[in-house]
Amino acid sequence: MPRTTTVVIGAGHCGLAISRCLAERSIDHVVLERGEVANSWRTQRWDSFRLLTPNWMTRLPGFSYAGDDPGGYQTAPELVRLIGEYAKTTGAPVRANTTVESVSPQENGFLVRTDQDVWEARTVVIASGAHNLPRLPPVAEALPDGLFALSALDYRAPGQLPDGGVLVVGASSSGIQIAHEVHRSGRPVTLAVGEHVRMPRTYRGRDILWWMDASGVFDERYDEVPDLVRARNLPSMQLTGSAATLDLATLSRLGVRLAGKLAGVRDGRAQFSGSLPNVCALADLKLGRLLDTFDAWAADTGFTDCGPVARFPATTLPEKPPLTVDLGEIRSVVWATGFRPDLSWLDVPVLDRKGRITHDGGVTTWPGLYLIGMPFLRRRRSSLIDGAAADARDLTAHLAGHLA
Amino acid sequence: MTTTDLPVDNGVNVEALLGARAALGESPDIAKFTWRTVNSWVKGTHSQSTVETFYGLGDEQQHKSTFSFEADHPEVFAAEDNGITPVEFVLVALGSCLTAGVAAVAQQRQIQLHSVKATIEADFDIHGILGADPDVRNGFSDVRVSYDIEADASREDIQALVAQSQKRSAVYDILTNPTSVTVEVA
Repeated sequence: MPRTTTVVIGAGHCGLAISRCLAERSIDHVVLERGEVANSWRTQRWDSFRLLTPNWMTRLPGFSYAGDDPGGYQTAPELVRLIGEYAKTTGAPVRANTTVESVSPQENGFLVRTDQDVWEARTVVIASGAHNLPRLPPVAEALPDGLFALSALDYRAPGQLPDGGVLVVGASSSGIQIAHEVHRSGRPVTLAVGEHVRMPRTYRGRDILWWMDASGVFDERYDEVPDLVRARNLPSMQLTGSAATLDLATLSRLGVRLAGKLAGVRDGRAQFSGSLPNVCALADLKLGRLLDTFDAWAADTGFTDCGPVARFPATTLPEKPPLTVDLGEIRSVVWATGFRPDLSWLDVPVLDRKGRITHDGGVTTWPGLYLIGMPFLRRRRSSLIDGAAADARDLTAHLAGHLA
Repeated sequence: MTTTDLPVDNGVNVEALLGARAALGESPDIAKFTWRTVNSWVKGTHSQSTVETFYGLGDEQQHKSTFSFEADHPEVFAAEDNGITPVEFVLVALGSCLTAGVAAVAQQRQIQLHSVKATIEADFDIHGILGADPDVRNGFSDVRVSYDIEADASREDIQALVAQSQKRSAVYDILTNPTSVTVEVA
């Protein structure tokens, strides 16, 4: 039976970042990957997908972007090449096409069964991603069986959808982008909008994520935020990987029909929550507070290399958003309601009643088992590729301490 | 000591509420509540509801006293007006739920309230309940709430209080989202 000190599960940016940090400490390890390096970026992104973070933010341990378009946004194939190069230059010991079937505790560590072999390891790092499966709301089961439905993970392009009305459920990053391009394909789109995080692409002439990076918002720590449950469950920012802002007012102006959160199905009609004005008010107010923190940071630090202070108008909504829509008008549904990790292979008793791993900043309650690549794992930045470096360093340090 | 040094006190025990949320943690069953009222017909459209007990925290609970409410229809409906209409109780419920939320959120955000007044209105077309027009629903077509709040806070912070209160309001959720209702004859 092959033995190693650490098994890393998943060769995406997080697994490779961990691998690089383990190598720096000469900790013997393997990286098990069900497909190829950067698998989900290869197989689970729509055709027009671009990263929401500008190129200069694509940083990994020992790597930073050196191309000629630091402000641009990469396509998925470009990112796959970049992560592939990173795996090569770091010499990560990746075992591709090796699917982990179970991880269970045993004396002095873990037993890791794959479809190829069985490993013994003293420590395991779960880097298999936060977005393996769609997270569908219970109302999904109430939709008629014949209605064509798919999730943002399986969505590729509007041509997949039948002609006719499309209901896009969820107005975070995926939902607004899918609603936009499906609308441009000529299909009438209804967008169901729940709680969301409104975000302009640029502010005072700079990328909004530049402000978060510079002002320290991304460095807020998990053990310092007032409400970690909320911080970890925040919907993704309403951003697209392009220079233009795409917000609800824009979508509405283009002709996308905005409705409240999809709440139920009754008598052949989809029912939408009457809370749309309030979720928009909440998002507008929250955006205002975020911009206040940027302005305060700029004033405090004397930063002036940017445009003037500005505020965005409150989200304008149609007079009477629909409370019900005849499902006869809807030919397909795209679920953009978020994702969840697939941990069905994990046989270590660390899951809470909702199937989530119990952990303290990635250090799970089972000694020797670590988790990386989850939203706000250790800091706000953890949700981004750019968060992997610091998290990997912290967790590798803890892991080394566990081994010592 | 200046007034700004006075601790914010809106009469809400936020520590107890936050403590409850922490205590729920991994024992979600104690979070399950059942509310109940008993409604008895008096005469005509007049009925009386009493509220005395509810279930929560894993046990039967009791209000400090039995509360009683009269409901009727007004004289313009050829009734005796012994109490407010059932739909007005819905407005009462919405207003009191949102205002309780405003106070609780203000306490947590350390905002001292001086006065909070809400006017709650709902539009309603009686063609619906009379069965006179199948295109008109029985219930409200529109509900509007207008808050007049004096507090030691900016207008934006007050708007945020009201928005957060809606987000966490049970009655607001009950009104804005469909709810399964079963009515049976015992």
